[in-house]
Amino acid sequence: MAYSEKVIDHYNNPRNVGTLNKDSKFVGTGLVGAPECGDVMRLQIEVGEDNVITDAKFKTFGCGSAIASSSLATEWLKGKTIDEALAIDNMDIVEELALPPVKIHCSVLAEDAIKSAINDYRVKNGLEAIALEKSHH
Amino acid sequence: MKQPIYLDNNATTPLDPRVLEAMLPYFTEKFGNAASRNHAFGWVAEEGVDYAREQVAKLIGCTEKEIIFTSGATEADNLAIKGVFEMYKDKGNHIITAVTEHKAVLDTCKHLEKVGARVTYLGVKEDGLIDLAELEAAMTPETILVSIMYGNNEIGVIQPVKEISAIAHKHGALFMTDATQAVGKIPVDVNADGIDLMAFSAHKMYGPKGVGALYVRRKNPRVKVTAQMDGGGHERGMRSGTLNVPGIVGLGKACELCRLEMESESIRLAALRDKLESSLSELEESYVNGNTQHRLPHVANISFKYVEGEGLMMAMSDLAVSSGSACTSASLEPSYVLKSLGLSDDLAHSSIRYGLGRFTTEAEIDQAIEVTKKAVNHLRELSPLWEMFKEGIDLSKIEWAEH
Repeated sequence: MAYSEKVIDHYNNPRNVGTLNKDSKFVGTGLVGAPECGDVMRLQIEVGEDNVITDAKFKTFGCGSAIASSSLATEWLKGKTIDEALAIDNMDIVEELALPPVKIHCSVLAEDAIKSAINDYRVKNGLEAIALEKSHH
Repeated sequence: MKQPIYLDNNATTPLDPRVLEAMLPYFTEKFGNAASRNHAFGWVAEEGVDYAREQVAKLIGCTEKEIIFTSGATEADNLAIKGVFEMYKDKGNHIITAVTEHKAVLDTCKHLEKVGARVTYLGVKEDGLIDLAELEAAMTPETILVSIMYGNNEIGVIQPVKEISAIAHKHGALFMTDATQAVGKIPVDVNADGIDLMAFSAHKMYGPKGVGALYVRRKNPRVKVTAQMDGGGHERGMRSGTLNVPGIVGLGKACELCRLEMESESIRLAALRDKLESSLSELEESYVNGNTQHRLPHVANISFKYVEGEGLMMAMSDLAVSSGSACTSASLEPSYVLKSLGLSDDLAHSSIRYGLGRFTTEAEIDQAIEVTKKAVNHLRELSPLWEMFKEGIDLSKIEWAEH
């Protein structure tokens, strides 16, 4: 299968690979997917004042599109407020990376990872978790 | 060195230039229909086919009359299994095969189940070989056919065909084998191995695509199959259709080259394969899949834990290999062959098949080793599973959000 140039770029030069301190109360961690399904994403955000995301890191086990989707997500997250981050839709990722239909699940996983990281942060800071819409799978 | 390096010779092989040379006249000046009995054009084509039939027969130790030319191994598998089922209906309706067979066998059996066949799908042991005791236990008086592949296309393991055919014959059943990956690569002798029917293909042994053959035993016992295509009654009535003369000539030449060069070639390829395997085994958490004693000389199937196969192939774009991962398929199901060895889904997703061939050089293997190591290390840097493994976290204890 041919990959888009943007997927190849993110795959070859992944942005923001790494690990934040998951025990810090300023850090939210989302771990989604399953090894059996062939993709696992871990996405972390660090939240500063005014609910602004100051740092984002990822590590992904998966195909090129899964790696590119999470790499792109970290790029988009930095500088956004939590509310802005929650508005990121998986179809935005599909469009930006020109993912083919068989790879849409990679973008869904990235959106799940973002929401799951935000929820982890919210719960750590005494806020309620936001109900995630189960619109897929 | 040509890029990318071709290491997918179990999918298909390049045409040997010597095979092409033998075929070329049959496209142009020797274009006749081998069934035209009354002029020279037909005779010349028929001569070409007859000679090819001898070349093929010699490779597998049978007589020329026992070779039925087909469009490939898939057609030969269909003809053998459906043909035996229809021909021997009165004797019984039970067929035994194995879960690691090629789809051409499995789906043919599934089709027959809809029209009255009872099929037993034998599982395999961890090393990919069937359990002979299990086969013995599955045999019934209604068993008409045992169909077990010679060498596996994904992991290269060689089934104990001699023992399998003996069990089949003891119970009065025929033994058929899909030998697409084995013929031309290792010595296959239909008499020594007790084979009654055998399917194989030209394009896996440096011949052209679109041509293959079915061996059908004529003596002890005389085996018959019901034709699956109606027409002019070619190939002793078992396979109608104008013969693909250039293709058949190519298959013949390919068989001859394999017969003459197999011995030295298999030694050379096994040495390269072993070099590849031992070098890649230096990577932590890498596992060779399948039995390493009974297997084809030119294939290695290795799982690199904590990296995903398709992602890995993308990092190895300089190598043309294949993966047990099926991230692109709608089902997201990894290889059924690897799963049947008892491999967990994540290890099946992490597997790469390297298929070496006649034109593979040592320099290419050296580069394949380097590229693979670099890619595995790169992807492990990106892998949350690798990080967790390194921290000593038991991944099987984590509650994954299945999706």
